[in-house]
Amino acid sequence: MGISYTLENVLLGSSLLGVVAGVVGCFALLRRQSLLGDALAHAALPGVCLAFLLAGSKESLYLLAGAMATGIAGALFVLLVVRWTRVKEDAAIGIVLSVFFAVGIVLLTRIQRLPGGNQSGLDRYLFGQAATIVEEDLMVMAILGGAVLLVVALVYKELKLLCFDRAFGASLGFSMRGLEVLLTCLLVAVVVVGLQTVGVILMVAALITPAAAARQWTDRLGAMVLLAGVLGGASGAIGTILSATAPKLPPGPTIVLVSSAVLVASLLFAPRRGMLWAWLEERALRSRIRRENLLKDLYRVGERERAWDRFVPRPALMGLRGQGALEIERSAGHLVAAGLAERSGDALRLTAAGLAEAAQVVRKHRLWELYLARRLELPTDHVHRDAEAMEHALSEEAVDGIEELLGFPKEDPHGRLIPARRRP
Amino acid sequence: MTSRLEEMAAAGGSPAGAAAIGPLPVEVHDLTVAYGTQPVLWDVDLTLPEGHLIAVVGPNGAGKSTLLKAIVGLVRPITGWVKVYGEPYERRRSWVGYTPQRESVDWDFPTSALDVVTMGLYGRVGWFRRPSRRHREMALACLEKLGIRDLAGRQISQLSGGQQQRVFLARALAQEARLYLMDEPFAGVDATTEKAVLSLLQDLRREGKTVVAVHHDLQTVAEYFDHVVLLNLRLVAAGPVATTFTPENIHRAYGGRPTGLSQAAEALLSRRPPGGGP
Repeated sequence: MGISYTLENVLLGSSLLGVVAGVVGCFALLRRQSLLGDALAHAALPGVCLAFLLAGSKESLYLLAGAMATGIAGALFVLLVVRWTRVKEDAAIGIVLSVFFAVGIVLLTRIQRLPGGNQSGLDRYLFGQAATIVEEDLMVMAILGGAVLLVVALVYKELKLLCFDRAFGASLGFSMRGLEVLLTCLLVAVVVVGLQTVGVILMVAALITPAAAARQWTDRLGAMVLLAGVLGGASGAIGTILSATAPKLPPGPTIVLVSSAVLVASLLFAPRRGMLWAWLEERALRSRIRRENLLKDLYRVGERERAWDRFVPRPALMGLRGQGALEIERSAGHLVAAGLAERSGDALRLTAAGLAEAAQVVRKHRLWELYLARRLELPTDHVHRDAEAMEHALSEEAVDGIEELLGFPKEDPHGRLIPARRRP
Repeated sequence: MTSRLEEMAAAGGSPAGAAAIGPLPVEVHDLTVAYGTQPVLWDVDLTLPEGHLIAVVGPNGAGKSTLLKAIVGLVRPITGWVKVYGEPYERRRSWVGYTPQRESVDWDFPTSALDVVTMGLYGRVGWFRRPSRRHREMALACLEKLGIRDLAGRQISQLSGGQQQRVFLARALAQEARLYLMDEPFAGVDATTEKAVLSLLQDLRREGKTVVAVHHDLQTVAEYFDHVVLLNLRLVAAGPVATTFTPENIHRAYGGRPTGLSQAAEALLSRRPPGGGP
């Protein structure tokens, strides 16, 4: 059962990475430090190579220790560059990423030219090669990952303070500098946990995508952290299984593709923050505005003819705001379905309920016109367009308030009657 | 310098009397602060009396926010020191509630109004421990005082600007401090919030607390505050509003900078009777 034994190790390893990276990634994301995670991951490569050269062994404990050392060195380097030069943080991160990675590649190439270097297998740290995970590796990963989760649980409240309001946290006496250093160390630890599964180049995806996806679904930090851990862990497991079942599918990139798919789905479909939600809301609003406009148009035609019981033919309605037949037909369908209007051929008239509803829209429009004209002293020929927009946004309470403010006027600035309050 | 001490004496008892009731809330001595090579505060000497509402005014970039930050140790001075109730700030943290500018944080952060207010109690909760149910109830009471208890569970991005400001002030209230340092509590708020903030400040003064607030609206300084600190890199003047918030001092603080604020100062000056001054 050699295969299933390996698969079990790989599965455990990549879900562990997914959970730990998802949890820590939330804080990196909220502090806008996604790129720092990327730089630290790349900075781990020279450490792996140096450890191999110095220790002369590919014992993973040495290699991971080396990765951790240069990862931390990279973070320090970013801090120093920002502090002592005029280089800004994003540039410093870019410099550290490329310089450390370049050194790593140079060392890696030299190692592979050494006698026996080909068998070192260090290149697996570039994109990860989870199949090579053995039990000792898993032990190291589990201890490190467990420690990371424990630390996050311990200083959760303090990390929240750091991410939300650093100045306030400092004024309370919590060492914000210390917490920043701690968070950086956590990022380095995550990188080390993930070296063998996703490798240094794709590490940033494991950190950021589950966190960004989780943010879409919740407005609570606690829930976001838990969800990011779950999404990360699940992506790790599913990616591993996919790559194990399909031929020639590398596990690291597959894991990243799975978590990216989760992110895309979250960006599209999450309630409230998702794009689909926003699109539906906008569509509902536009449809309501069109319905209210049609109601108002029917009201005004009836007002002009001093009778609301006559059917208004569609061409007459089309003339009012240059709408197409199809547009009017769509709104009319909604009104008829809601019992606010009735049809005769292509002509339309308000029902009793529709007349009451239309009067409220007209009321908002005219009171707002009057408010603009009287209070802001806008010329009366300028107020109509503003009122067109506000009549769909004003609540009935607000309109009642405006009516009171204006002293219960009878007519709008153009001398037309203002419909009365809705009777309860 | 002497005149300021005299003004202080006129308003809040003699310095000797102040010593009898304990050290002053804030003493600033020779304070110079710079960001890089750009000085922000230059050689500021200042004492602030207990139990007053104190406005810090001055043009943009005058160092108003930096003064508050220097008091709570967020910026390291090049020279000088600050004492809070006679001790370095580190020893007086629990006596002080600091409220940064509303714009300084990300209001899309995934957290609720109640959670933000509970942060005001983190200092008391201490490292590693979680806030308890009792802490949450205290936070709720503070939201209640600002009239927004019903918004406790609301995600903070779904609050209006005024409501966000009230959440920040509720968080300050939760600290149960003696000295409150507020960076622009009236900035960009609606009329209802302005009233709520003002009545909160007055309640605090009634309880004998001291409030130092960075303020932008020169028109309301005399109405809302009883002490004023005029700042423009250097200290221009500090003391009771009646004797310190004079056209001369306003002009000295804002003059020579063609900003909207100095125009506001001009407008204010032109309203006073010729000859100016009280």
